[in-house]
Amino acid sequence: MDKTAIVGVAQTKYERRKKDQIFADLVFDVTRAALDDAGLALDDIDSVVTVSNDFFDGRTISGMSVGDASGGQDKNISTVSGDGAFGAFYGLMRVLSGYQATIVVAHYKGSEGDVKITTNGMFDPIFHRHLGIDAISAAALQANAYMHRYGIQEEEFAEVSVKNHGNAKNNPYAQLPMDITVADVMKSRKIAEPLKLLDCGPVSDGAAAVIIANEKIAARTKKKPVWIRGVAHCCEGYLLGDRDLASPVALAEAAKKAYAMAGIKNPTKEIDVAEVLEPYSYMEPLWLEGLGFCKPGEGGKQIGRGITTMGGKLPVNPSGGALSANPILVGGLARLIEAALQVRGEAGARQVKKVETALAHGFNGPCGQSHCVWIVGGKK
Amino acid sequence: MGRRVAIVGTGQTYHKSHRPDVTSREMIYEAVTAALADADLTIRDIDAIVIGNMDHFESINYVDAYSVEGSGAFMKPIMKVSTGGTTGATVAIAAYYHVASGLFDRVLAIGFEKNSESDTTGAIITCSDAIWDRFSYSGAIPSLATEATAYMEKYGATQEDAALVGERDRNHALNNPYAHLQRPLTVADIMASPMLAYPIKLGDICPRSDGACAVVLAADGIAQKIASRPAWFKAAAVRHTYTWFGDSTDYNQGLVSMQRASKDAYRQAGIRNPVEELDVAELYLPYTWAGLKWIEDIGFCGPGEAARFVGDRNTHMGGKLPVNPSGGVISTNCIGATALLRVAEAAIQVMGKGGKRQVPDVKNALATGFGGCFWSDVVILGSERP
Repeated sequence: MDKTAIVGVAQTKYERRKKDQIFADLVFDVTRAALDDAGLALDDIDSVVTVSNDFFDGRTISGMSVGDASGGQDKNISTVSGDGAFGAFYGLMRVLSGYQATIVVAHYKGSEGDVKITTNGMFDPIFHRHLGIDAISAAALQANAYMHRYGIQEEEFAEVSVKNHGNAKNNPYAQLPMDITVADVMKSRKIAEPLKLLDCGPVSDGAAAVIIANEKIAARTKKKPVWIRGVAHCCEGYLLGDRDLASPVALAEAAKKAYAMAGIKNPTKEIDVAEVLEPYSYMEPLWLEGLGFCKPGEGGKQIGRGITTMGGKLPVNPSGGALSANPILVGGLARLIEAALQVRGEAGARQVKKVETALAHGFNGPCGQSHCVWIVGGKK
Repeated sequence: MGRRVAIVGTGQTYHKSHRPDVTSREMIYEAVTAALADADLTIRDIDAIVIGNMDHFESINYVDAYSVEGSGAFMKPIMKVSTGGTTGATVAIAAYYHVASGLFDRVLAIGFEKNSESDTTGAIITCSDAIWDRFSYSGAIPSLATEATAYMEKYGATQEDAALVGERDRNHALNNPYAHLQRPLTVADIMASPMLAYPIKLGDICPRSDGACAVVLAADGIAQKIASRPAWFKAAAVRHTYTWFGDSTDYNQGLVSMQRASKDAYRQAGIRNPVEELDVAELYLPYTWAGLKWIEDIGFCGPGEAARFVGDRNTHMGGKLPVNPSGGVISTNCIGATALLRVAEAAIQVMGKGGKRQVPDVKNALATGFGGCFWSDVVILGSERP
């Protein structure tokens, strides 16, 4: 793989409702900010990838609303319908195919949709949809399967929420910085057994942008380039009943490929910080298992052992993660931006010490059906 | 610079107005198995998959996740790309970058639509801005009717001139066993068909179809081993120029996106005189006037000359530059697959697999996509490794 780098990043602050901005306004802001961050002009960008979804936007051809705002009006532009980590993957492939710099933008306004209806649309229209299943109730099934398999208690999941909302206090972009305790999570309102309100990410509005460039452009950008060392994605079966929900096999496969590309043999030793997409608390430990950071069933013990907390051996979600700001689709791109900021040493109060290599992750589909894993680093 | 890439296999369903016998997942499976058989590959040979449609036609969110059992993406990378009518072309182009990037050797591109499960206009109308565009000027037919009227006014083209495009494509469809509408139409039939929005009549416009298309792409070195005559990518150009329908209404400028995309594509492919150097074109012409006005924007003839160019049968089978040997969009329109069908049909022509619709000795074939807010994509395929 030719050398490519993340040379510009930008995010909006994530909020419950951005009443004064339409999709194009959000995307315009992050496009301009990412260009400024990179020290590039719009003319330096020769390819554009937007990320959106017709269901969430309530618009068919949802990419159309942000073509102007992303600077794509006379450029090769396309739209990935899915998580931003996948959009960035397409952006990378364009640079590897000969474009010099691709900007990848993602937007989401949870305030303008009903996520129960839009995520009910993920399920089989004949056999499952009429049961009322949606992203949250499917996640609850997965949490139950995971707990049952390994004898996990709900408190282990609650610790993730406590950690990530606490980390969010260091992140100016986060929506829900909070000082909470395990007891607060346990007594919060039940959403879908075993998930309680504080086990679930909020409804969020926001946008993010990343500029991926070739070596030549990276040599003249304003900030230290964050080199792309490995990336891969993988999808497993569709019907929940066909899947082992307690074993994220597609994530394990994507991670294996990404590590191989990056030359990583021992992820826990060689990766300094991880940003994983966890709109539900149980997902963080489950994904840590899929990523090979610990043995199956031990994901929830990593906080207690002081491994994934700030100052631990492998801090996970210093940003506060999706539990603290949950703009769907933007989520994976935000994880990649946070990983890049960590490598740059520009993560402010949430900075992890001496980050050489960082991992970012996003997923598509119910209960993490399709995962994308990124490894980025400071060394070329 | 990226690797060279070729199409080595294509597959499509027998397109119909209704496929109540299958789900869209099963329809995808039909196209995928046909494409794999055409390339003499199995799903195990495929490294990655790109899929596209328009969500609101089937009302399935995350079709990349939903379609796995049909697409064959189980434990493989799959990505969804969706850009409206241009979806099929952007899927083909995304698959092209998958291979050109060096990350994947054999990639499957899939487009599908089951329009029978939707209210097509009800879904399309939501593409435009909810406050400014949606209530005044939206959906497919009104904007095209305005464009046609402006073209007639400017160049004096007649409704009969446009109807000849429909007669041509509907006749070509008789050579294509996969085409949805297999009943020929004459200029007189089209003129007598019911008016939808002046000057567009029922015979002037595309149907809505159920169908799927799949294309297998492979990298240089591998493609030659799979296919005896691979269809090499010589150009892939995209211009999705407008966001607002209000910006697209200066029809005197022509179809700006097509002018820019084709110019870019000819530059990539080193083509100076398209009519001389191209042997066949599969154009996304959703209505008959597009077969006049847009072939001017793509440089097949000068401004205002299209009625004569088409009238002289240059674009009929056996003409100088046959357009839509497959019968085109006016005969078959499963929207998310439509532009991919153009690319697949161009590849079929280069590979010499066109059967009754084959144009003799095709070296260069051009395919287009159209959609969104007057957007255009152009792909040029050739028999010679670039």
